[in-house]
Amino acid sequence: MTFKTVLLGATAAMGLATGAMAQDDKTKVGFIYVGPIGDLGWSYQHDQGRLAVEEEFGDRVETVYVESVPEGPDAERVLTQMALQGADMIFTTSFGFMEATMNAAQKFPDVKFEHATGYQRADNVSTYSARFYEGRAVQGLIAGEMTESNIIGYIGSYPIPEVIRGINAAYLQAKKVNPEVEFRVVWAYTWFDPAKEAEAAKALIDAGADVILQHTDSTAPQAAAQEAGDVITFGQASDMFDYAPKPRVSSIIDNWNQYYIDRVGAVMDGSWESQDVWGGIDSGMVEIGEITEAVPAEVKEAALELKDKIAAGELHPFTGPINKQDGSAWLAEGETADDETLAGMNFYVEGIKGEIPQ
Amino acid sequence: MSNIDPILLLSAIIIVSTPILLAAIGELVVERAGVLNLGVEGMMITGAVCGFVVATLSGSPWLGFAGAALGGALLSMIFGILTQLFLSNQVATGLALTLFGLGLSALLGQGYIGVKGPAVPDLYLPLLRDIPVLGPILFRHDIIVYLALAIVLGVWIFLNRTRAGRVLRAVGENHDAAHALGYKVVRVRLMAIAFGGACAGLGGAYLSLVRVPQWTEGMTAGAGWIALAIVVFASWRPGRLVLGAWLFGGATALQLALQASGGVQIPIEYLQMAPYLATILVLVILRAGRAPGSLGRPFHASS
Repeated sequence: MTFKTVLLGATAAMGLATGAMAQDDKTKVGFIYVGPIGDLGWSYQHDQGRLAVEEEFGDRVETVYVESVPEGPDAERVLTQMALQGADMIFTTSFGFMEATMNAAQKFPDVKFEHATGYQRADNVSTYSARFYEGRAVQGLIAGEMTESNIIGYIGSYPIPEVIRGINAAYLQAKKVNPEVEFRVVWAYTWFDPAKEAEAAKALIDAGADVILQHTDSTAPQAAAQEAGDVITFGQASDMFDYAPKPRVSSIIDNWNQYYIDRVGAVMDGSWESQDVWGGIDSGMVEIGEITEAVPAEVKEAALELKDKIAAGELHPFTGPINKQDGSAWLAEGETADDETLAGMNFYVEGIKGEIPQ
Repeated sequence: MSNIDPILLLSAIIIVSTPILLAAIGELVVERAGVLNLGVEGMMITGAVCGFVVATLSGSPWLGFAGAALGGALLSMIFGILTQLFLSNQVATGLALTLFGLGLSALLGQGYIGVKGPAVPDLYLPLLRDIPVLGPILFRHDIIVYLALAIVLGVWIFLNRTRAGRVLRAVGENHDAAHALGYKVVRVRLMAIAFGGACAGLGGAYLSLVRVPQWTEGMTAGAGWIALAIVVFASWRPGRLVLGAWLFGGATALQLALQASGGVQIPIEYLQMAPYLATILVLVILRAGRAPGSLGRPFHASS
């Protein structure tokens, strides 16, 4: 992987170099992705955002990207390369790029960085994320209603707040509609590894799960569920509609297009400032993919109603009373979670079994 | 623990280990012929994409597997020609082959991302499949699982019971002596390399056609490197190779099943380590055997 990245980095650098020679008044925007753009999930959606930027600004921008960048020191090298070759702005689209982004930002104060799902900012580093947990709540409702074995499998990537938040949000809604429900979490320790994800899905199905939620980026769990038969899944990051109407019964779609267009526009007209954006269903950043006919009409209706309530701000997925896993009180009756707690969430809510790896 | 169904687990182990086993048995033959080909990962992923593309175009998974073997063998011939005829460095060429294979496969697979391939049916074994316990574990798999085991058995017979196999081993142990006896060192090695490529290709296709089953870039995710390690682990012996592959596959399947069972008390980090740890441990206990004498050394008839 390392070598491939170096090569890709070099290729990207060459691309940038040619661009720099061609014209200098273009705004150059770089993107680094944690997986291949062909994952049809997370990285694919970010690349759709990049394409939207190109379409919006045409000749006035030039974009470059490097895919499958490992989270770690390699990322910093790729970022340095991009910055040296004249990028005006760089989107780093995975949580694990945080340190690399901060380091590169320090070295290149004139380059604007946008880091997805992180929490560290600087004068030239913004962070942005989406309230995926709002979508998870909708999934949880469908999952709780649809399960017959009362075992819901959840493929986690890494035990970071974003993922834990999703598990909690889904569990709370599932539990509300089906008190018998039990969550089984498998940590895959990868964002993208189709073979591992397929195995994780199969292990969960073998353990009796008939609903699989995934927080990894490939469609492999969908394929595994399809093969197993009576199992339903949800598209992650991207619609994954190829697996509809079943196993895929709905999805969370990350839509970065407008945000990317806005931010690139801000760099162009000089109004860019460091900020922290956390968009939910209402902002369009989180979309709920079509709920298919495999879901009974009344469940679909309830799911859409929940979605509308969340979008309208009438309902927060984390509304008390909620206890933490150890039984201690977290939110009192009617109290909603504040963003700071959500951003750093490192605990399960009451009822989820198992431990979060530290 | 009580939540894990041992029958399902054992059955999963066999499936998880098959691609590694296929790639490893090919590499074993290559190394017994005295060649170190570090390009297994590249040949696997090329096999994965070739197999998937051919199977999708033709609608036949079997043609897909044939295409995968051919694709892997063709790619390995680049390595073969460079190292055997032009005497390039085997380590560097092998690594380059992996990089090349990863890139090439991404290119070949561009139109096939997200496409669904034809299904591979399980081999229907009447009577055998109905044996309690053993039936679901051993006799309800697809044909490639059995093919992989047959190849291992075939390699064992070839290496230990046939004249050609002994020639191959002689070439691997001491290529100068083999050459002096009149054996065609380069030809034997090229054939071994092609066989290794074909096996790695099959292993890759097993991922893209059976286990995942779809094409995604980088889908082998290091399986080729595990296969290389298992060859050493098995001290270049086919029997131990099966043991190694099952052990690794077993630890992988077990850690997932443990997590999924919902009753784990073991920290997940240890479970994640388990496959590697188990493999290293057994390696130490068994003690690594001696490598073929000419492994990785270049051969030229004039030297």
